[in-house]
Amino acid sequence: MLKLLLGNEAVAQGAWEAGVHVVSSYPGTPSTEITETLAKMSGVYCEWSPNEKVSAEVAIGAAIGGGRAMCCMKHVGLNVAADPLFTSSYAGVNGGLVFAVADDPGLFSSQNDQDSRFYALSAHVPMLEPSDSAECLEYAKKAFELSEKYDTPVILRLTTRVSHSRSPVEAGERTPVPKKPYKKDIQKYVMMPGMAKKRQAVVKERDRILTETANEWTRLENPGRKLGIITSGICYQYVKEVFPEASVLKLGMIYPLPEKAIRDFAATVEELLVVEELEPYIENFVRQLGITGVEGKKYFTPLGELGTEKIRQAYYGTVTPAAKTGEESGLSPDDAPMRPPTLCPGCPHRGVFYTLSQLKLRVTGDIGCYTLGAAAPYKAMDACICMGASIGMSHGMEKAEAAARAEAAAAEGAGAGTSDGEDNVPGTVAVIGDSTFMHSGITGLVNIVYNKGASTVIILDNSITGMTGHQQNPTTGKTIRMEDTYPVDLTLLCKSVGVNRVRVEDPFDLKKFRKAVQEEIAAPEPSVIIAQRPCALLKGVKYGAPVFIDTEKCRKCGACMRVGCPAIIKGESGMRIDRSLCAGCEFCSQMCAFGAIRKEAE
Amino acid sequence: MNIDDLNILIIGVGGQGTLLASRFLGDVALRLGKDVKVSEVHGMSQRGGSVETCVRIGKNIASPIIDRGMADVILSFESVEALRALDYLKPGGLVIMNTQEILPMPVVSGTATYPENVPERLKGGNFRVTALDALSAAEKCGSVKCVNVVLLGVLSAAIPEIPAEVWNEALLSVVPPKLLDVNKKAFELGRGI
Repeated sequence: MLKLLLGNEAVAQGAWEAGVHVVSSYPGTPSTEITETLAKMSGVYCEWSPNEKVSAEVAIGAAIGGGRAMCCMKHVGLNVAADPLFTSSYAGVNGGLVFAVADDPGLFSSQNDQDSRFYALSAHVPMLEPSDSAECLEYAKKAFELSEKYDTPVILRLTTRVSHSRSPVEAGERTPVPKKPYKKDIQKYVMMPGMAKKRQAVVKERDRILTETANEWTRLENPGRKLGIITSGICYQYVKEVFPEASVLKLGMIYPLPEKAIRDFAATVEELLVVEELEPYIENFVRQLGITGVEGKKYFTPLGELGTEKIRQAYYGTVTPAAKTGEESGLSPDDAPMRPPTLCPGCPHRGVFYTLSQLKLRVTGDIGCYTLGAAAPYKAMDACICMGASIGMSHGMEKAEAAARAEAAAAEGAGAGTSDGEDNVPGTVAVIGDSTFMHSGITGLVNIVYNKGASTVIILDNSITGMTGHQQNPTTGKTIRMEDTYPVDLTLLCKSVGVNRVRVEDPFDLKKFRKAVQEEIAAPEPSVIIAQRPCALLKGVKYGAPVFIDTEKCRKCGACMRVGCPAIIKGESGMRIDRSLCAGCEFCSQMCAFGAIRKEAE
Repeated sequence: MNIDDLNILIIGVGGQGTLLASRFLGDVALRLGKDVKVSEVHGMSQRGGSVETCVRIGKNIASPIIDRGMADVILSFESVEALRALDYLKPGGLVIMNTQEILPMPVVSGTATYPENVPERLKGGNFRVTALDALSAAEKCGSVKCVNVVLLGVLSAAIPEIPAEVWNEALLSVVPPKLLDVNKKAFELGRGI
């Protein structure tokens, strides 16, 4: 049946048709929908893991046990899962093992623009790159066969425009694949130096064989033209539109790269181009083969995503004329004000960031909706690097301060230069979400306790994984299939690692929350505030009617604007509430000293 | 319009239901037996940011993205978003826009200004404009969430090459059954404008 599927849905369909048994993932844009789609299909075991490393290990275990297994993640998730990936390359598989990894060229929803192809290169793991949804299905299916045939994990590399574009797909049926028998084989699966050295040689030989196989994953189009282009993935689609007359060598396997096919192709054309996003990965390989005259990054930027427009402009220098406003309108597209993402109306994080901005604290941040606390009007974030980093960073900031103080004190001869138990440097807090805390925040907290830190950590517990679109996590009490399960108790967890000061607070109770933060940053020991209130977009959260501003009471002081809610609008005649946006949470009413913000009648 | 080479850019504010609109149009294209590609935006921008979705319908579509100067239609869910997307429109193209204004945070916080009378001022350009208050229309039908379907109704009237029953079948397949009545009303209301 012909269906219009997202690339991610097509990967799920392909894995399902291939009889995948176990899927374990951590959500991350643009990869999330693969696992969400599979969770709705029958015959597959699916789970959200606390992080990508665990999900990879679950998939590796399932594959060694003889099942077909997959783990899905975004590009930065592969950093987290890199450790198991590199050694599972040595151990190989039993049942097929696929890592679906989605890069995000152009950083639509990411903190960096890394190119995952280099992981395949350095881990010696074959990598396939589909260019549309139909190929997503086909490659996902073949990835399992390839994995079993060559005894290796396989990476399916996606990019945002492949993952999040829909194109027609002929969906088929599932072919049940019996689990392979498991046989104990410590030479293959126990990677100690003696065994791993032998496996290293196996991996090298596998690389050599796959370099031949890669030639079968190429497609030659329009042979015999002057201009020849080597490309893969989404760039293949762009090339088809910008260079309809050129010879094209489309690569489906991008690690190992097909040496023979590339040499043969290069020999038939007069001008050779490589069109690829991000780094000159293919281009460098072509140059290493000693092929002269190849160009790629000379024209096509390594920054962000490409597209037909960028490619056309870079190579031909042409720009398509666009519609124009009339001159008398005095209006051009540049007059449209920026519209950055913001915390939603009703968002519980608003209480946290309003408080932190009022207290002018130094805030180490983390990855999630709450990273938006860095934006105006709160500007309540100083650094954000990766998942889980906020806690380690705040510890590091405080230790640097404490070490400097201790050294200065020692230099003045004012006593011993030890910082033991004296490194409480008030003024820094770490903020982290519930899901992110489970992902990789807990280890940072253990570190603080172990190394006698005194940091304050605020866990923004909104009862869900928010930014990726509401996925369950170990604290929510629900599995990916919404079955009841044990919800990790954050208070107990923090206490059990040795944090004595753990308190649960409502971020919408501004006075109380502010006091809690002040007390905890002053405490000379580690502390955790669990700021608990569910995401306003969750189905069960109902605040009822919107609020309105009583114009007779309103003094137009603008205090309500400081909460940075998109539903509160400053007009010429004072503030007003946009009814269509207001969540009815009444958080803003605490800001008004004149009682002008009230709930509409239900 | 040429339904063998039709590029529709949908633009709105995260949370307004642009994704349903693009899925709807994709479904229409499949029913017509056309090739189609839809490029969606998920993730961060959906939190109140500006969200663009491309729908390309034709015989053999390669790229899922619409370049500047390539769109036949801009379907805008919000007033200033129509202006933002204008570079993507062909000279002579059509803008269908909701006149609703949703103020971006820099405007709310006073660091940027929201241009006045955008729909009126757009009308002097080298393209066509159909502007309507789709929010009021949706409210009239029973749900503010139907803004997207009202606008799709307007779009359907602008593409007479696609038969009414195809639109109706697509609506049936994309909208959840319990919301079908409201959405049917919204679609017909838009189609009549």
